[in-house]
Amino acid sequence: MSILVTKDTRVVVQGITGKEGAFHAARCKEYGTRIVGGVTPGKGGTTHEGFPVWNTVEESVTKEGADCALIFVPPLAAADAIMEAAAAGVPLVICITEGIPVTDMVRAKHFVLGTKSRLVGPNCPGVITPDEAKIGIMPGHIHKRGNVGVVSRSGTLTYEVVGQLTKRGIGQSSCVGIGGDPVNGTSFIDVLQLFNQDPKTRAMMMIGEIGGTAEEEAAGYIKANVRKPVVAFICGQTAPPGRRMGHAGAIIAGGKGTAAEKMKALEAAGATLVKSPADMGATVARVIGA
Amino acid sequence: MKVHEYQAKALLREFGVAVPKGDVADTPAQAKEIAQRLGGRTVVKAQVHAGGRGKGGGIKLADDPAGAEAAAKQILGMMLKTPQTPPEGIKVRTVLVEEASAIDRELYLSMTLDRGRSTHVVMASQAGGMDIEDVAAKTPEKIVREWTHPAIGLTDFQARRLAFGLGLAGDQFRQGVALIKALFALYLAKDCSLAEINPLVVTKDGRVFALDAKLNFDDNALFRHKELVELRDVHEEDPLDVEASKYGLNYIKLDGNVGCMVNGAGLAMATMDIVKIAGGEPANFLDVGGGASPEQIENAFRIISSDPSVKAIFINVFGGILRVDRLAEGIIAAVRKLGLTLPVVLRAEGTNVELGKKMLAESGLALTMADDMGDGARKAVAFAKGQK
Repeated sequence: MSILVTKDTRVVVQGITGKEGAFHAARCKEYGTRIVGGVTPGKGGTTHEGFPVWNTVEESVTKEGADCALIFVPPLAAADAIMEAAAAGVPLVICITEGIPVTDMVRAKHFVLGTKSRLVGPNCPGVITPDEAKIGIMPGHIHKRGNVGVVSRSGTLTYEVVGQLTKRGIGQSSCVGIGGDPVNGTSFIDVLQLFNQDPKTRAMMMIGEIGGTAEEEAAGYIKANVRKPVVAFICGQTAPPGRRMGHAGAIIAGGKGTAAEKMKALEAAGATLVKSPADMGATVARVIGA
Repeated sequence: MKVHEYQAKALLREFGVAVPKGDVADTPAQAKEIAQRLGGRTVVKAQVHAGGRGKGGGIKLADDPAGAEAAAKQILGMMLKTPQTPPEGIKVRTVLVEEASAIDRELYLSMTLDRGRSTHVVMASQAGGMDIEDVAAKTPEKIVREWTHPAIGLTDFQARRLAFGLGLAGDQFRQGVALIKALFALYLAKDCSLAEINPLVVTKDGRVFALDAKLNFDDNALFRHKELVELRDVHEEDPLDVEASKYGLNYIKLDGNVGCMVNGAGLAMATMDIVKIAGGEPANFLDVGGGASPEQIENAFRIISSDPSVKAIFINVFGGILRVDRLAEGIIAAVRKLGLTLPVVLRAEGTNVELGKKMLAESGLALTMADDMGDGARKAVAFAKGQK
């Protein structure tokens, strides 16, 4: 079992004729993901590296039954791409694009809330269910099928924890990157809830970072609802206040959003905290007795 | 991105937000001339990207044009130190000369993103001129908040509620509502991440205007605001940060001596953390981006090694799709080209790891391979402490 994506998920890639879109569509397909085609407005009716291209997301839904949109559209048009996918009724919209203006995301997020779609991202690596479907830019080969659910605000740091888990023989049920932006579609709580309800997920690994209060809110949810073990790591313990650490969302502002506060909240909620990023895999192993 | 007060006020004026009359000067003579033109008493204000300027001696009142000239002479060229500047201070290159007004009340107004609600929030308070963080912590009831509709924006009734919350009445109320609406229009149109007027003042002769103004802009939106990019003052930024931004590298200088080169922001933060846990201090945050191309590696090396406090460099790359042999090639070429003598520790995951390790070992350069990020941090810290 898994969450969000399975081997039956039918993916349309928005921005498939771009360099990134074309490259990653091919990597996803190699992994076994069902890529039904792509969308690039104005290039409908053509094919690109073997994939059919449509002008609109709606066509991919009516013709191929696409039920997941994977977005590689550049920042200036990415929020519009998100809204197009949601308007076409695609249930799961995963936006990889980094650098979308905040005002655009405020509008797009609320647009999506008025539909039945779920947005994951933006500025995220995507979602993978090992051995079933890889819908994103993560390296597939480091993953292993199993029962630890991984959720993270970061990209490469997620690969790091997955690498550590797989090296120890611990597989993952699904891995979800929720993205490093201040306004995103799916929160830690949303993903923790899905893992909590997923019978095959035995434990959860959560990777947060400085900035905002999403981790504190997740702590509240864990305390009230989660009985499965949660292991958490917060990066940015040494970050100075007032400086944006790469991700638009990773900034300690007005004394809020420090790693120490987040770790305290999660620990109080019953999560097992990892201090060193080198010990994430070992800590999960200890907690689940693997 | 941040701008100076005088640049912010020019934008406010453009959007119809009332501000005091004034102009900028680079020399005391110019300051005198502006004061003459304004007539009466003036305020001479240092233009640096930091708050708390008054306490540091960066804001002076002048009774006449000669006084404005003397104040500008004192302020221009000084190293202004405030709680928000680096310890050595920031050099003042320009001053803003403005009409001085008889102030009746000092208020507070700001707009920013509320991450928790994923929309913009407008905040107003009668406790102006003070640190709003303090007000929020001690007397939160003194702050009025209105969350704007993502599509509709700030409505008239919300602007009225804010103006009533500021205790404005009569003509000042009308001026306040107009000012709040105009500022929000600017905030949205220019993709501000923060618009803050502290203080917003009511003068004894009944005018309402922005005595100070702070605007920060969303870096992700600068692609559609060429006019804002032109306002950037690189003197206000760390020279290495500026150099890095030219190459699309995300670099922030810190105080330690272990240079860090990492792909991805989260892993870069985690690398800083693990250097600290290993007993060292990171010299920087540096995200070279997902791909870590040879050009990026070379530019990153140049920037890290131009920081004289760096004693060792720790490269931590989790590529997956990235080929480690290519990465090794880029590192060897960059180290040779730059004549780098600092010890370099490399931890890399990706395709062809073994080949990459072999290439580095055979290169004859001072490169050390690490098995994982913990091992890499320990080795880099040991080098930085001169223990190897």
